[in-house]
Amino acid sequence: MSKKLIFILAGIFLVMGFALGGDLFAYTTPDPAGLHAGTTADITAATAGSPTATEITDQIGKNKVAINMVWVLLTGFLVMFMQAGFAMVESGLTRAKNAAHTMSMNMMIYPIGMLGFFISGFALMFGGVGTLGLLGGYEGLNQEFALSLFGHTFGLFGTKGFFLNNVYDVGVFTLFLFQMVFMDTTATIPTGSMAERWKFSAFVVYGLVLGTIIYPLYGNWVWGGGWLATLGKEFGLGHGHVDFAGSSVVHMTGGVLALVGAIIIGPRIGKYNKDGSPNAIPGHNIPMAIIGAFILAFGWFGFNPGSTLAGTDLRISVVAVNTMIASATGAVSSMLYMWLFKTKKPDPTMMINGLLAGLVAITAPSAFVNVQAAALIGLISGVLVIEAAFFIEKVLRIDDPVGAVAVHGVNGAWGCIALGLFADGTYGDGWNGVPGTVAGLFYGNPGQFVAELIGVATNIVYVGIIGFVVFKLIDLTIGNRVKPEDELDGLDVPEMGVEGYCGIKLDKNSETPLTK
Amino acid sequence: MKKIEAIIRTNKYEDVKKALHEIDIDFFTWWDVTGQGNDTKHKTEIYRGTVRDTSYISRRSLSIVVRDINLQKTIDCLLNAARTGEVGDGKIFVTDVELSYRIRTGESGDESLYNRD
Repeated sequence: MSKKLIFILAGIFLVMGFALGGDLFAYTTPDPAGLHAGTTADITAATAGSPTATEITDQIGKNKVAINMVWVLLTGFLVMFMQAGFAMVESGLTRAKNAAHTMSMNMMIYPIGMLGFFISGFALMFGGVGTLGLLGGYEGLNQEFALSLFGHTFGLFGTKGFFLNNVYDVGVFTLFLFQMVFMDTTATIPTGSMAERWKFSAFVVYGLVLGTIIYPLYGNWVWGGGWLATLGKEFGLGHGHVDFAGSSVVHMTGGVLALVGAIIIGPRIGKYNKDGSPNAIPGHNIPMAIIGAFILAFGWFGFNPGSTLAGTDLRISVVAVNTMIASATGAVSSMLYMWLFKTKKPDPTMMINGLLAGLVAITAPSAFVNVQAAALIGLISGVLVIEAAFFIEKVLRIDDPVGAVAVHGVNGAWGCIALGLFADGTYGDGWNGVPGTVAGLFYGNPGQFVAELIGVATNIVYVGIIGFVVFKLIDLTIGNRVKPEDELDGLDVPEMGVEGYCGIKLDKNSETPLTK
Repeated sequence: MKKIEAIIRTNKYEDVKKALHEIDIDFFTWWDVTGQGNDTKHKTEIYRGTVRDTSYISRRSLSIVVRDINLQKTIDCLLNAARTGEVGDGKIFVTDVELSYRIRTGESGDESLYNRD
């Protein structure tokens, strides 16, 4: 082909492109300020540019659902990132010789818990939750197994959606992602209290059981339309057990499991002397722990505000600010309490625990209290976490390397109790099927306070018993704890096959104080 | 030949190194050590409410093998350069070395300890 011919053909195609292509684009002048982008032409309509009234209102409704869905998904992604925060806090507060093992537990709990939740957890927890009004209106999650006693219904667990079967709906999938990352937050809490002596195989079994059974049952009772949620509708106790983002469902479950697990697995070698006094086993990487705390605080902006399940619910701003303020007062009160009253030095590990305690405690009440109450809740949680950590370590003689029980268990309970006290009645109309906004004891609704107490007590009893049974069964079959030689050597090589800090000389045995 | 083992403060190491170079002592080994001293015998800190022992101190240990003719000037140099006057300056120990070899050439004795240039 000659060069001339190629140029002529190219010219013809170019002209054709301009002539025909002009109709394919909305405008040809560039729009740097976005003043003209987004017009009637963008509304989905049979005839482009002339939508009918129904098409316009359909588009508005669709946009509302879209905003909600995007919000839930993005906040869910933030909560997923909290897995990294937990990994860093736990690894930073434990010893270097166990770093690969601690990190691996925190890494694998994410997929293992997720698979458990996928297999049966979501179905048990949300199989009967009802219409997903904010996420498109799917009504298929309507199978809840309930008992009828004394004229009242007690919802126990859902039965639809195992392996996400028969629920192939965009709203359901959004909810699944969001709830799954909450479950993973629970799952990763016991890895902190049982770190440095937990056998990896036992941990894997625990992770699967938590995602499939332990977490979803209590979760159904509170969030899936089960009996704790209907305490208001059935028994007139406020709005039933209200837990906005999971102080009891997520954090107390994790904290109580952490407690039971730590009791059954026993303290680390060298932690307690023969007379019962504890020895300090300092963490090996405070900078990493503090970065982890920040990642958790950042992820909590997804945890609490995301629990509105709606970007169009403008209460998200109040929720976010309550969360932030409580974390601040929690961290500062912990710092000052240690500095002025306890050890005369502000302890970075307790600052971390204080920040997290404030966040845990505000998780349940974040949507229902005003900001001054949020500040007070955080303030109290900062002191509570220190007292609880000391009590657990020194009086109960339970070895909790990172303070997981004090942060999540104790402050999870405090968060629910705080909701029962401080909920101020400015939000939550119709919560759990009860008309009226959510108010607590100090705003004239003692029934709410009682419902919270019932929810907290139920969590302790249920999780305590099932956690005990599961951990005991694992202990009897494969054993929870590693061999003492492996524990003294560091779990990295015996359990995981690779050192966390290969090539860096660690004096492995000098840091384990042997029993006096 | 004598081996001088000097335990000095880590922040005096640069002064000591410069002083040793000035008297033509250019070859020695050093490593960071942890030890116990008199000054911090009962020091404790509190970690999450539990008392732990922090009486250990960090120092730097130098190991210098010198010929007998250089022994006294090396010791004097070390004493001057590493001294701050505060408690915890360190110690110098001298032991006898029987044999010494340079690996590259196989030289032994005093010849292995200096460059003939």
